[in-house]
Amino acid sequence: METFANLLGVDPFSIWFFFEVLIGGLMAGVMYSLVALGFVLIFKASSVFNFAQGVMVLFAALNFVGFLEVFSDLPVVLQVALAFIVTMAVMILLALVVERVVLRPLVNQAHISLFMATIGIAIFLEGFGELIWGSNIKPLDIGIPDDVTFVGDAMIQDSDLFAAIVASILVVTLALFFHYTRIGRALRAVADDHQAALSIGIPLNHIWIIVWSVAGFVALVAGIMWGSKLGVQFSLSILALKALPVLILGGFTSIPGAIVGGLIIGAGEKLAEIFLVDAIQTYIYSGFPAAIEEWFAYILALGFLVFRPQGLFGEKIIERV
Amino acid sequence: MFYREAGQFKTSYAADQQMLPIPMDRYFVIGVVLVAAILIPAFGSQYWIESIMVPVLILSIAAMGLNILTGYAGQLSLGTGGFMAAGAYMSYKVATNMPDFLPVWIPVLVGGLFAAAVGIAFGLPSLRIKGFYLAVATLAAQFFLLWLFQSIPWFVNNSVSGVPSAPPTTILGYHVTGAQAIPEAKYLFVLTFVVILAIIARNMARSRVGRSWMAIRDMDIAAELIGIRPLQTKLSAFAISSFYCGVAGALWSFCYINTVEPTAFDIGRSFDVLFMVIIGGLGSVLGAFLGAAFIFLLPIFLNNVPGWFGLEIATDIVAHLEFMIFGAAIIFFLIVEPHGLARLWQIAKEKLRLWPFPH
Repeated sequence: METFANLLGVDPFSIWFFFEVLIGGLMAGVMYSLVALGFVLIFKASSVFNFAQGVMVLFAALNFVGFLEVFSDLPVVLQVALAFIVTMAVMILLALVVERVVLRPLVNQAHISLFMATIGIAIFLEGFGELIWGSNIKPLDIGIPDDVTFVGDAMIQDSDLFAAIVASILVVTLALFFHYTRIGRALRAVADDHQAALSIGIPLNHIWIIVWSVAGFVALVAGIMWGSKLGVQFSLSILALKALPVLILGGFTSIPGAIVGGLIIGAGEKLAEIFLVDAIQTYIYSGFPAAIEEWFAYILALGFLVFRPQGLFGEKIIERV
Repeated sequence: MFYREAGQFKTSYAADQQMLPIPMDRYFVIGVVLVAAILIPAFGSQYWIESIMVPVLILSIAAMGLNILTGYAGQLSLGTGGFMAAGAYMSYKVATNMPDFLPVWIPVLVGGLFAAAVGIAFGLPSLRIKGFYLAVATLAAQFFLLWLFQSIPWFVNNSVSGVPSAPPTTILGYHVTGAQAIPEAKYLFVLTFVVILAIIARNMARSRVGRSWMAIRDMDIAAELIGIRPLQTKLSAFAISSFYCGVAGALWSFCYINTVEPTAFDIGRSFDVLFMVIIGGLGSVLGAFLGAAFIFLLPIFLNNVPGWFGLEIATDIVAHLEFMIFGAAIIFFLIVEPHGLARLWQIAKEKLRLWPFPH
């Protein structure tokens, strides 16, 4: 039985190969974290489990690519900047509409109704984005480096490295925003206790608009990263399903959880795909099917959850009768 | 005036405890079942029976199943498609390997039982994990089960394509499954399952087991304190719900799409069934039927609307518009009737009771 490592022509027991897989996995995990971040922001501020986050990534990327074409006769820097700003405006508009049309009428409904409503938003946005911009795969190239760097014998994709840097900048920016601005403080207050925040005069409706806009911003960044890696296409919204195990692993309410969860899922998934399957095929059952990527993240997260039901960094669930 | 609960006096416990104690309800339900069993197969068109009634009825079974889990026991699940697949694949395996003299409903039930066992396995984490964490965890069932059936050829008798067609089976000389079956035979076969499972669901909901589910749903710690065992209650909800889903999956493969294929049970199916439960009404058997009909018919309706107005729209634009309208319709229904279509039925009864006086 030819194993995956043999196919690549590398020594499967080399420590460098292990590192290469590990780092590749961590970088993929960063991409999942980017999507998971948007979920966390909205869940914290409004307890809405926003299933539409994945489609928002796709929608933002579609708009970004579309506006890049619109501004195609401008110099590159201006073109990218303008497309970014216009897309961001679209995402803010989306946040306004969602708050007015969906969230406000459904306030105080059961969580599951709001969850279903966000699935409705997801379906709507999918149709809307593709109605405007068409459904073929669009390449996205804004000059993200696509070389490889070698660390020892381990090969690292530059684009992955770039994504990791962008993600770190994004997280630091969000952390600063939450800690040092007036709006950030209001957001944290709402996340902590809706009622108390309302009673000291924080307008919840505005907070929802802001937090959906911030989630839209995160979706745009994630969309650009994913889009330049895979092309802007429908499957981006499916890839976002991978952010869900990241989310339960890290905890719905924790931003560090989204990052650490993403890293664990990404690395675990890649290592399992190569080494675990290899081991099973070599020692236990040679006919074991190779593609375990579809479900491994979920089973891994499920395993974690059995020991920590609120996720790694989630707030401790206190239940009273 | 037309409908009243008051003044219905009973003289025996049996009469008082029957499933539909109000005569009007009883005659209405019996009438609906008779129409479904006699008039529709006798006068309905082949297209309607085969392409609308059969899938709607099968999906109602799945919706009843998910309703038991989500509506009655309060455990949100996104793994319905996986459990349906478990039923479909296992009943295919049994149907193709059993002796000929055994009746065809046996593999369907075995498929359901297998799905129930799988449901128990994936229900175990529900003892620790709650709410949306559980919902995402049940996605593990969805993805793992589909992967399992796709990559282990034993389930499809090592078929080369991996997508075998449903085995043709007969009852009293009539084909009821597979491509040769006439629509009426399939329809009656499915209808039998629907009626029996609906009666069972309705009775479970008002018996001890159903009440313990509802107690767990409303507050599990309080339920535990009054002596309801969470382990048995939650796992029984998972098992029975998955049984319903497994039967629905088997029937879907055998009587509707005529093949056993994983794409029929993908995550989209899970969401569809969840929509049926929410739009139909949580915790209502009637809601399962209304929701299934609504969610299944809405896309067909949207597809035909441009044709009725004589509009010529490119098919891809129609597809995108369909998505948009479907999403918007779901949001609209959640806003105007958060308790689902079953609530509309309640309101109608209220009106009938008061008519012609408004108060």
